[in-house]
Amino acid sequence: MIELKSPVDENLVRSLRAGDTVHITGVIYTGRDAAHKRLCELLERGEPLPIDVKNSIIYYVGPTPAKPGRAIGSAGPTSSYRMDPYAEPLLKQGLKVMVGKGSRSSQFKQLLQQYGGVYLSAIGGAAASISETIKKCEVVTYEDLGAEAIHRLEVEDFYAIVTYDSVGNDLFEQGIEKYRQI
Amino acid sequence: MRKIELAEVTAKIKEMFIEACEDIPENVLKTLKNAEAEEQSPLGREVLEKIVENDLLARDKHLPICQDTGVAVVMLTIGSEVVFEGDIYEAVNDGVRQAYTEGYLRKSVVRHPLDRVNTKDNTPAIVHVKIVPGDVFRIDVAPKGGGSENMSVVKMLIPADGVEGIKKLVLNTVFNAGGKPCPPIIVGLGIGGNFEKCAMMAKEALFREIDDKSPDPIARKLEEELLEEINKLGVGPMGFGGTVTCLAVKVNTYPCHIASLPVAINIQCHAARHKSCNL
Repeated sequence: MIELKSPVDENLVRSLRAGDTVHITGVIYTGRDAAHKRLCELLERGEPLPIDVKNSIIYYVGPTPAKPGRAIGSAGPTSSYRMDPYAEPLLKQGLKVMVGKGSRSSQFKQLLQQYGGVYLSAIGGAAASISETIKKCEVVTYEDLGAEAIHRLEVEDFYAIVTYDSVGNDLFEQGIEKYRQI
Repeated sequence: MRKIELAEVTAKIKEMFIEACEDIPENVLKTLKNAEAEEQSPLGREVLEKIVENDLLARDKHLPICQDTGVAVVMLTIGSEVVFEGDIYEAVNDGVRQAYTEGYLRKSVVRHPLDRVNTKDNTPAIVHVKIVPGDVFRIDVAPKGGGSENMSVVKMLIPADGVEGIKKLVLNTVFNAGGKPCPPIIVGLGIGGNFEKCAMMAKEALFREIDDKSPDPIARKLEEELLEEINKLGVGPMGFGGTVTCLAVKVNTYPCHIASLPVAINIQCHAARHKSCNL
């Protein structure tokens, strides 16, 4: 288990390898389809982003509403491939780590090598357990998007699995190759 | 004639959706535990262990199992001797609205597929009604997540494709979906009927209990063979590789045209949430 503090150390991110498990502690931002679209539209117009993505972590999640006394509702990952079209503009701004679930395009994997980033998986459907590792949650912007708004999360020992690393390894390919019988 | 109060339907729908989202069916939990014992990949076992842990935590603390509390799918089986006053669809949607706004569930429905403005109460539900003889009033509900629904397909095969063609389609669909639908999955298969009938059957197949078997020997054989073959694909829990990709295959069939072999594959994630009741 590797401790990953956020904002992240670039060299540590580059040293991560597919199959490593990490515990993330620090600040991470949430974003899904609609928020990514808005962020990329800002960049296209040359306007500043509402969050500092340099050396940051974005978690693809749209949580349920928090019940009284809890920091956040259930908060598991959503499928990442839908955010592939928005990855490069954010990597250009210094984004280093994305957390979601499921496979992504080969072009996305190349971008990680180009920009020294990694893609991590959280466990899909383990949303109640994941919410226990999120200690604080506040909306940063795009409140009108509801669950899709950008939230700033403070996490402790958030469990994730390195899925694509910065040197081209792909945990899905490696794992499936090992167990495929037909 | 037996009278049903629509207020009772609304109250029941509300209760069922909140419960479905927080309380995994016992037979699904048991199947996941068995999968954990069977899985060959150490990472796959770790993933399954965390899934079981999550489901127990959700049940214990009354939290949604998954943040995707889905589109509300409701199947009503209504006896012809049952009467009610008013709009049954409105009664169902009122229940869904109350469940999602008062029950801390996520609202995941947009009012139009192209302008994509959230309806903010998870309505409208997808409601299917079946009329049967007698005085039964049965409600089946399932909050259906988007990740697994997105991996589902309908394909019009031809009779010459046969069982082998169906198997090939299912295996390709599951393999290409990889980790996206949150495996281990359940596969609902509708075979026969026509274009829309097979899709409906695939959904109905997912409403069957995870541990039942088809009473039709042809369908049952296909369920058993496909389960074994899918688990040889190596996709594994969350797609990280392993020997448990699928927990169950459910096949429903219907007569069809001499020229056709319609096939629908509806994929269900491991959080196979549903509730049933008779009023």
